[in-house]
Amino acid sequence: MSVNGEEVFEGKLAKNDIIEPKDWMPDNYRKHLIRQISQHAHSEIVGMLPEGNWITRAPSLRAKLVLLAKVQDEGGHGLYLYTAAESLGISRDEMLNALHTGKAKYSSIFNYPTLTWADIGAIGWLVDGAAIMNQVMLQRTSYGPYARAMVRICKEESFHQRQGYEVMTKLSFGTPEQKEMAQDALNRWWYPTLMMFGPPDVESPNSDNAIKWRIKRETNDQLRQRFVNQTITQIEYLGLTCPDTNLKWNEAKKGYDFSEPNWVEFKSVIHGNGPCNKERLEARNKAHKDGEWVRAAAMAFADKQNESTIAA
Amino acid sequence: MKDNQGPMWEVFVQKKAGQPFVHCGNLHAFDKEMALQNARDLYTRRGEGMALWVVLSSNIVSSSPEDIGSFFEPSNDKIFRHPTFYQIPDGVGHM
Repeated sequence: MSVNGEEVFEGKLAKNDIIEPKDWMPDNYRKHLIRQISQHAHSEIVGMLPEGNWITRAPSLRAKLVLLAKVQDEGGHGLYLYTAAESLGISRDEMLNALHTGKAKYSSIFNYPTLTWADIGAIGWLVDGAAIMNQVMLQRTSYGPYARAMVRICKEESFHQRQGYEVMTKLSFGTPEQKEMAQDALNRWWYPTLMMFGPPDVESPNSDNAIKWRIKRETNDQLRQRFVNQTITQIEYLGLTCPDTNLKWNEAKKGYDFSEPNWVEFKSVIHGNGPCNKERLEARNKAHKDGEWVRAAAMAFADKQNESTIAA
Repeated sequence: MKDNQGPMWEVFVQKKAGQPFVHCGNLHAFDKEMALQNARDLYTRRGEGMALWVVLSSNIVSSSPEDIGSFFEPSNDKIFRHPTFYQIPDGVGHM
């Protein structure tokens, strides 16, 4: 079976066909997907924390409603992705346990603090903008359930980026103090956002297989370049300054030359030493533990319902 | 304390009356009512539908990819099931 299965699998990839849960797939393809999709799900869930920080302090009722809706969406995205990963044979509990014990990774960006309201704008604009760039590509990923989750997520994400840019617009065209706040947020989020695309192609340990299996269709560096090209115009419109002093238009490649983020910092944050790693994990663990009685009660109720159905 | 997420349910949504129910994803829930409420919260936040079905994933019976050949083959050699198999004389108009 396995030789034949491998041929069928390779044939499908060659034809741009989609792999579905019950299809034969190589172990490493399955493992790669479980790692990538679960990390993606964890990122959505942990990503609720820095934004949740500002729900009670949003500057207007409108801003609060919008932020609540956005954070709820992120929770939903996490759920879509967890079930996509579960279709590969890992349980939700295993994934949550890996997150809560610090074994699983999530996007390094969420280990930075949200110090001001402008950070909420910067996250929606830059962080969600970078995520969209990656996710648009993933709508055509080779694994069916992942691709379908991405299609739904992309539909919902565009509102996130727009609301973030709206916050930045209001601040940038507001008082000098507000503009300064917007600039400060841009300064702090610029490089961490560039890190979101992952290490440079020459050092990216997982990229080769991901491209070969059509899980990814573009490399980290390609996506990062596109993001910079697109974002500079948006920075200019706001009248803000990109913190990268080496930023320069390169006519030959029709794109900007820009400074790489600090990859030593990136590795350090990934390995648990960012400003908020500990706080994020504690918040996740607390939420999970606090919800334990709800899950137990729901299960007891379901069992009781089942008993009474059987009895009747 | 035992801790799990409840069984998996499949969710189908109908955009509006008259249209088919289409599979849109899945979720965990402990009972039917919770499955329906979670499906509403998770899959219809932007007017995606006016009706929902939820069904326990374990109750779904599905074909297997390995059996595609033998299972679906009978439909391939019956070209007479398609309208293009038949010749209609000129002059009888649209049929």
